[in-house]
Amino acid sequence: MPFGLLLSGLVNGARVGPVLPPAPDLKDAYDVVIIGGGGHGLATAYYLVHDWGISNVAVLDKGYLGGGNTGRNTAIIRSNYLTPEGVRFYDESVRLFQGLSNELDFNILYSERGHLTLAHTDAAVRTMRWRAEVNKHLGVDSELIFPDEIGRLCPELNLSEDVRYPILAALYHGPGAIARHDAVAWGYAAQAARRGVHLHQLTEVTGLEIAGGRIRAVLTNRGRIGCGHAIQAVAGSSSLLAAMAGFRLPIRTVPLQACVSQPLKPFLDLIVVSGSLHVYVSQSDRGELVMGGSTDPYALYSSRSTLDFKESLMAHMLELFPFLAEVKVLRQWAGMADMTPDFAPILGATPVANYWIDAGWGTWGFKATPVCGKRMAEAVGTGKVPGVLAPFALARFDDFRLVGEKGAASVGH
Amino acid sequence: MKLMHCPLNGPRNISEFVCHGEVVAPPDHARCTDAEWAAYVFLHDNQAGVVREWWMHVPTAYWFIAERDTRSDQILRTYRASEMYSARLDLAPNGRAT
Repeated sequence: MPFGLLLSGLVNGARVGPVLPPAPDLKDAYDVVIIGGGGHGLATAYYLVHDWGISNVAVLDKGYLGGGNTGRNTAIIRSNYLTPEGVRFYDESVRLFQGLSNELDFNILYSERGHLTLAHTDAAVRTMRWRAEVNKHLGVDSELIFPDEIGRLCPELNLSEDVRYPILAALYHGPGAIARHDAVAWGYAAQAARRGVHLHQLTEVTGLEIAGGRIRAVLTNRGRIGCGHAIQAVAGSSSLLAAMAGFRLPIRTVPLQACVSQPLKPFLDLIVVSGSLHVYVSQSDRGELVMGGSTDPYALYSSRSTLDFKESLMAHMLELFPFLAEVKVLRQWAGMADMTPDFAPILGATPVANYWIDAGWGTWGFKATPVCGKRMAEAVGTGKVPGVLAPFALARFDDFRLVGEKGAASVGH
Repeated sequence: MKLMHCPLNGPRNISEFVCHGEVVAPPDHARCTDAEWAAYVFLHDNQAGVVREWWMHVPTAYWFIAERDTRSDQILRTYRASEMYSARLDLAPNGRAT
């Protein structure tokens, strides 16, 4: 027991101040109102003031900051997607994540683990090879490896051929990482608030005032808030807010469940994912195995848990790590995911002028937090959608230019 | 285990069923604009509340309609498609051979 540290803490009165300042009074109008105080909304607020000097900004959340999908994902960060559009976008995000603790002066516990996507069928091996080549072409560290090397990297994995789905190969992505997801939201919130952004929790949007095809004000349970621009960043409820703005989205809201095991001594360095078995798992700094699976089979606005999810996830976990049979599940939860038909987000302009959208976050939202914040802020700051966001425009569904991101976590191969 | 009442097979485990989305009338494909067709293919109301959807019992490939509440995960009613569609839907109304 490091008594010196304890003594120092007691004697020097080391106190941790509050991360956020007290909430300021709600103003009648802001230049930019961001609806949704999750990682994406808070990051957008931070980059609006940091990159573009726009500080008359409010972030509204009907609950508490980071209480939605920001705090419900499995915190995996990677860029080894399949489409060039996706790889470019997520690669920028990974690079921003790598320097984020320094930039925000807030430890997001960024932990580079290496990321294994397992292939159990010939079709999956082909897709992994395809992904590796697209990744390498765009400068992302990614390669196809086979059981001998998988065994060296992750000796805990069951590489036996006497299982239902033997491991044939894997896509290895060295920069794959995990981070503390709450800290990402808090870090952005703290830095945005320090620069004058107003964060208003328990402020629920009840309607939007649109005149002449332009957003004029956001109506809330605390009154009308005028705005020059508004951004919706409320994945899980995107369709409900879009309905207030008068347009429909190609989104179904589907629960995505996850769970953690009881804490174990560190044994799993890598993040292990299997698209065919619908498993992704990493070991957190606390020793818990953070596990997720596929999305629920039908649309729902509920974060309830089901036995079906746990049964299928655990069956597949035990095929990969049979020695975990006696380990218990500690906590289980769900988030509401915005599933799009092409497994890619919806970003940028909407049919309403000055009303921007950051939606379509199915199982891939947390890892996009920094790039989305930075580039959505650029869109608002310049009035022009940046190139890296352009392929994800809502308008792609009007002219049948879908992205087809089969590298998403919920897609089997 | 969650049960769904299939109008053909009675109560079955929900894992035997597949949801095929909101019941919407298809536009006339021969006359509608690209935008109308795109809206039919891609856009959803995605309501939080009572919705009416196509479901299928997979082992028997039986299609029917279910009403359920997407906030509470309650299945309110399931019924045969014939309750809604009494006549054959003509998908080639411009007279072309199907």
